[in-house]
Amino acid sequence: MTDTPVLSVRNLVVEIPTRRGILRPVDNVSYDIHAGEILGVVGESGAGKSMTGNAVIGLLDRPARITSGEILLSGQPIHNLKGEALRRLRGKKMGMIFQDPLTSLNPLLTVGDQLTETILEHLGVSQQQARERAIAALEEVGIPAARSRIDSYPHEFSGGMRQRVVIALALCAEPDLVIADEPTTALDVSVQAQIVALLKRLCRERGVAVMLVTHDMGVIAEAADRVAVMYAGRLAELGPVREVLTAARHPYTSGLMASTPLASQGHERLRQIPGAMPRLGNLPDGCAFHPRCDYAQDRCRRDPGPTLETCDGRAACWFPLGAERKQEVGA
Amino acid sequence: MSALIKVDHLTRVFDVSKPWLNRVIERLPRALLTAVSDVSFEIEENSVYALVGESGSGKSTIGKIVVGLVPPSEGAVEVEGVDLATETDAARVEAVRADIQMIFQDPYASLNPRWRVRDIIAEPVAAKGGDTRGLAEKLLEQVGLSARDADKYPHEFSGGQRQRICIARALASGPKIIVCDEPTSALDVSVQAQVLNLMSDLREELGLTYLFISHDLTVVHHMADRIGVLYLGRLVEEAPRDRLFDDPKHPYTRMLFDAAPRMDAFGREVDPPKGEIPDAINPPSGCAFHPRCPLAIDRCSRERPEMRRIGDTRVACHVAE
Repeated sequence: MTDTPVLSVRNLVVEIPTRRGILRPVDNVSYDIHAGEILGVVGESGAGKSMTGNAVIGLLDRPARITSGEILLSGQPIHNLKGEALRRLRGKKMGMIFQDPLTSLNPLLTVGDQLTETILEHLGVSQQQARERAIAALEEVGIPAARSRIDSYPHEFSGGMRQRVVIALALCAEPDLVIADEPTTALDVSVQAQIVALLKRLCRERGVAVMLVTHDMGVIAEAADRVAVMYAGRLAELGPVREVLTAARHPYTSGLMASTPLASQGHERLRQIPGAMPRLGNLPDGCAFHPRCDYAQDRCRRDPGPTLETCDGRAACWFPLGAERKQEVGA
Repeated sequence: MSALIKVDHLTRVFDVSKPWLNRVIERLPRALLTAVSDVSFEIEENSVYALVGESGSGKSTIGKIVVGLVPPSEGAVEVEGVDLATETDAARVEAVRADIQMIFQDPYASLNPRWRVRDIIAEPVAAKGGDTRGLAEKLLEQVGLSARDADKYPHEFSGGQRQRICIARALASGPKIIVCDEPTSALDVSVQAQVLNLMSDLREELGLTYLFISHDLTVVHHMADRIGVLYLGRLVEEAPRDRLFDDPKHPYTRMLFDAAPRMDAFGREVDPPKGEIPDAINPPSGCAFHPRCPLAIDRCSRERPEMRRIGDTRVACHVAE
């Protein structure tokens, strides 16, 4: 692992101006991803996990925009790049895998056309070499008979095979960073297992840094090295996956784990987090989670939302769970 | 305990052929998709029977046949001894229909956006000319919402609250059986827990029977008493919950359990299952699972296995023991 992380996000803020005020779908988020590492980003819908991924790759839809903070790709700032400079970076340095493999491929072009287009654009090779590389890319992601399938159209592939094509497309220009936004959500369990195994293998063999956005804690547990838990646009907890999932420090993470039905639990009642995530336009004062938190105290309602630094960079909570629970951090 | 629902050699074939003229010009044969093939099981009163399977396994089609939204091609479904598809006594059909209700997957698509919640919930009773005064308010409180919500429209509610409204509507006619087709797969985990707990509570309070359709093994394990595993329209294994999870017999069930992501399996290296679900229009000969099965023998490609009983488990496999 090199010292410079492949991706370094520093105090990122994304804002959407609306008639009713400014919304912050991503609020002061910082994390690093190193080469060969998979960072899982979890959270419920509206937590800002996809928005963070889109901000990194420069795909924010207007009027959403980055208002402060930095995004560094291998040490180089990329958050202020525009137009052509950004386009050259996308695909070459960063690849993106979206949730729905059907809508992220062009139905009118063959799979081969789409792959060679990307390769020609970024790698400066001949048409013939590009085609050979495209075939190799399809073989690498496990598409049988790649040489004969390369001239097929996306609709001729099954869902799982299509997602493999999308992964091949994201990886064909040999990027350093891949952002996978819910890559297995639209797939069946058995195909999901294949895709997760593929992502892990590619990450290990190629040393690609992967940001894996998902809401499935099981997928995170199996694939990720570290995990970032998001709530209402902020990082609630960040740490090695085993520690975060087995010994959560933030009450939200702990609640999320307890409300997931585990095979060992049987028919017992699930612990539920009361209420629902607040809307961005209507965030409570203090910690955004306090109205749903079992441990909320006066400080949580009063003081502005804590950051990760309040608990050793691990959890954004005034009263983190765990050993030193009784002590108020920073008091 | 008696069987409340009896599904007997149920088969449903859909005609997915091109239009007649295309078939003539392009010389295409008729294309028939067998969504459900010779499925039999029974659901006991006040129990939760779960159907699991991947896409195309026919689980939703079975649900629709059970509530009478789709007629079977062959075989029969008997609810409280009445076969909805063939029963001629209108009064008996009416009575059974009121006893069986359905909850759908997408709470955004299954509520009419132009109706007030009160009208949505009371509709199953109003349609039969019943007395709906105070009904919606009572049901809203029963599912954990407020009686004041009756005057609101569906868009004013979150996904979890909408699913509660769907449950309230399903309860309006005082049913015995609720068919739940992926009731929580559109919801976030914390909200899913709320809805699952509500469903468990209602089952105890009202003595409901659930046919629970899901692809999520952890949810099924949490909810079900008895589980049927479907593959390509065929029931491959059926067993009480603990028996199935402790000792899966069918190689497909095992594959499914191995492939499912587990929260306690950090960095687990899975050997992912090979291949994909075959095309239901041209299913493999013999046992539908044989091309992907690690245990397949010659006989599997020739002969479709019959359901056999091994202890508490029913399994359709030549090799399983």
